[in-house]
Amino acid sequence: MFKEDELKKIEGERKRWTEDLSKILSETPERLPRFTTVSDVDIKDLYTPVDIKELDYSRDAGFPGVYPFTRGVHPSMYRGRLWTMRMFSGLGGPEETNKRFHYLLSHGETGLSIAFHYPTLMGYDSDSPMARGEIGKCGVAIDTLKDMEILFEGIPLDKVTTSMTINPPASILLAMYIVLAEKQGVSKKEIGGTIQNDMLKEFIAQKTFMLPPKPSLRIIVDTIEYCTKEVPRWNTVSISGYHIREAGATAVQELAFTLADGIAYVEAAMERGLDVDDFAPRLSFFFDSHIDFFEEIAKFRAARRIWARIMRERFMAKNPRSWMLRFHTQTAGCSLTAQQPYNNVVRTAYEALAAVLGGTQSLHTNSLDETYAIPTEEAAAIALRTQHILAEETGAANTVDPLAGSYFVEALTGQVEEQAWEYIRKIDEMGGMVEAIERGFPQAEIADAAYKFQKQIDSGEKVVVGVNKYATEHPPITIWRMKPEIEERQLKRLREVKQRRNNQKVKGFLNQVRMASKNGENLMPHLTNAVREYASIQEICDVWRDIFGRYSDPGYF
Amino acid sequence: MEESVERKIRILIAKPGLDGHDRGAKVIARGFRDAGFEVIYTGLHQTPEQIVAAAIQEDVDAIGLSSLAGAHDYLFPRVIELLKEKGADDIVVFGGGIVPEEDVPALTQAGVKGIFTPGTSIEEAVSWVRKNIKPRK
Repeated sequence: MFKEDELKKIEGERKRWTEDLSKILSETPERLPRFTTVSDVDIKDLYTPVDIKELDYSRDAGFPGVYPFTRGVHPSMYRGRLWTMRMFSGLGGPEETNKRFHYLLSHGETGLSIAFHYPTLMGYDSDSPMARGEIGKCGVAIDTLKDMEILFEGIPLDKVTTSMTINPPASILLAMYIVLAEKQGVSKKEIGGTIQNDMLKEFIAQKTFMLPPKPSLRIIVDTIEYCTKEVPRWNTVSISGYHIREAGATAVQELAFTLADGIAYVEAAMERGLDVDDFAPRLSFFFDSHIDFFEEIAKFRAARRIWARIMRERFMAKNPRSWMLRFHTQTAGCSLTAQQPYNNVVRTAYEALAAVLGGTQSLHTNSLDETYAIPTEEAAAIALRTQHILAEETGAANTVDPLAGSYFVEALTGQVEEQAWEYIRKIDEMGGMVEAIERGFPQAEIADAAYKFQKQIDSGEKVVVGVNKYATEHPPITIWRMKPEIEERQLKRLREVKQRRNNQKVKGFLNQVRMASKNGENLMPHLTNAVREYASIQEICDVWRDIFGRYSDPGYF
Repeated sequence: MEESVERKIRILIAKPGLDGHDRGAKVIARGFRDAGFEVIYTGLHQTPEQIVAAAIQEDVDAIGLSSLAGAHDYLFPRVIELLKEKGADDIVVFGGGIVPEEDVPALTQAGVKGIFTPGTSIEEAVSWVRKNIKPRK
């Protein structure tokens, strides 16, 4: 991008500048021995064209909507359509969450996102002994289709898209959503949304696992295969880095492990005999937006460039839509503090800005009370308004990829990309992500990074405002509490549903799920039949646990 | 000959219930190990029964319970209740994670000796252990 003699001139000037600078520094040294990102990457004092001398505009940056999509997956990006404002929500029972959905929709969110309580996440019903003390605490209690009907009361499924953060039972929740739409008179050809459905990162980071890796992958491929034919507007997997990052990974690890997971899913689907261009356009991604502003922007741009290359060169995809990395972002929960909680509004705002400057398709912004409890309505509203102010007032959405060409941002993008490729190669050498997980490789990297980071905070090397610096008192805040009546109501409903449904039919369909699980038939039609008759999540998951066995935590630390 | 050196403090770090957030538990476990305690980590998804059985079998001096999913109000007292039943309530129980300030008194009343909330440093936790936990007789 720059002429050879121009670069030489700049190199010369920089040398002189550095010499002059050293005189100043001998009197006024730099504030810190190192200036690092939150991932502990060293950042230089100044970036110039020399730092991006290898950059070829067309090859490396290019145009939005054109391979390799560094500048964005869509030509018009936010000038055409703003990112979806999709607030992750779930609390108590379906009634409470339905109320929260209506609240957020009326306040201007543009997509739904469901947070389920732990029993649902783990394939248990509210009446399971495993659910004691957990009902409705960190998400909505969903046991059967009946709960989904209440959850979506007054919400037309042909007018909204819904993301469901659900993993082992993802196929079951998808089946419920399909049947719910059917009851509303909406065809499964029309419904749009996402299931997270990314088991590999469960073994690595989020830890809502149930079955061992191989059967988990089989069920995922069933959903990909089914949706490719029957539910074309559905994002079949949300290949996630968020949880990997929250568990303590660096930005590069987050990126590399996520893309390596993506490679594993593409391989698994192709092994089933699916054509890459049939399913790849509906794979989606989910990243964290952490507090180090520029590192995150570099990460998002590098993500698109790397995935585009993987899809085109490694998997020979021909459809440009197969090359596009579309992603949802959530601002970093782990960057927020219990001390001085109003500071979290500020952190979330910076993180949201990074996500938008990084070209996200969809965004959840955390609430100020994130480290205390499920967000209150007021806290969630502020988080949503953070996105509105970003979209309408800051000008960040006025032009596509505003930071392209910045010597710093392009250099950092290249650096993040290079380091991510190293990890991807390493994982390939191990035989792929499933093998790497079995060896405990990503888990160990994450545990090491988390420990190192904590030591850096404890020593004061890394500052967390309000915690190890500027740690002044703060007044208490009001937090959301789960009510015991909600638990009683949920248990009562489950009992009644089980009494009123046609138990013969349920038994028959559960048996068909069992047979299809064993003989390799696609599970989705059988799941749809079972949930339509109000089979519960646990009833289906018990069949799977029985046939496929359970995965238990190896407990590395 | 008199044994004047106290043996190392043995701690079980446990994840009760369905909560899968294990970053903190692992960091604390490693921090404790580096501080010279003997640490056993149960891994995820332990029932209170499993935790108590492990604590007794491993002959630990204390159990550290980690919860970030809101079920601490049931799970922590349940562990203490079971320790009492098994006659092992000399094992000190402490906890950490996402525990609102207003929940601490009830937990203290139930017998939880210390709660480490967000922002706790490894050193703080280690100091607390040195001060509050002695090897069981």
